Amino acid sequence: MIVQAKLASLKGIALHEWAVRFFFGGAVCVAAGLIARRFGPGVGGLFLAFPAIFPAGASMVEAHEKKHKARAGFDGTTRGRTVAGVDAAGAVLGSIGLAGFAVTCWISLPLLSTGATFALATLVWITLSIISWLLSKSRVFRHMRGGKTTLHAFRNS
Amino acid sequence: MLSSPAGELVIRFLIGGVLVSLFAVIAEMVRPKSFAGLFGAAPSIALTTLGIAIAQHGKDYAAIEAHSMIFGAIAFFLYAATASWLLMRYKTRALATTVGLLPLWLAASLAFWFFVRY
Repeated sequence: MIVQAKLASLKGIALHEWAVRFFFGGAVCVAAGLIARRFGPGVGGLFLAFPAIFPAGASMVEAHEKKHKARAGFDGTTRGRTVAGVDAAGAVLGSIGLAGFAVTCWISLPLLSTGATFALATLVWITLSIISWLLSKSRVFRHMRGGKTTLHAFRNS
Repeated sequence: MLSSPAGELVIRFLIGGVLVSLFAVIAEMVRPKSFAGLFGAAPSIALTTLGIAIAQHGKDYAAIEAHSMIFGAIAFFLYAATASWLLMRYKTRALATTVGLLPLWLAASLAFWFFVRY
């Protein structure tokens, strides 16, 4: 399976959809800061892995797929929800990378400079995420996962 | 600007919004969709919050936050896995499912944190 990046994909996104993401991202950062201030860094730190824009992203994925199918004259409700599920499955794998990011920051912050820690942690996040994704696509995991619905969704998305 | 409480919140909001939007742009550009989903768990909030925590309180304080973040990330794994299963198996509405499951993330992250702490 080939990973592609297309700038043209951005054309279909309305301005208000970007605004929603910007607002939620900013709001969660503010909330994380306020929670850390009120309850301390222990509880506040949990919110560094809060699914900030995940609900907004998933609903937009569903809406886009539905609209796409409607243009072809089909009811894309089921398809939209399945693709949102595939997007969420990707986030499951991304969360493995996110845990790696946290572990790297925890270990490296007292030892390295801030810039080096963030660069290393981001590298760990993307590497772990991609390795997890590649493993999920391997034959062994496909066989273990089974289930026609899931396989169908992954193959076509 | 970080020295005043209001200024700090504005900085948090702006940097957080920009970083989240940046990862959202990448997620929209890449295909297949399962790969784009990886960016749904991007460390955008963490980069912003840890950066400000280091500037305000130092690295030791930020390291405590990073340690707790591990449990938040494990809870994220459970949350996203449940959301994915519900969406694909029962075709539930995406917004209702992902918002409805947020208490699961909160309960799981607090439970893991308490379990390790006490």
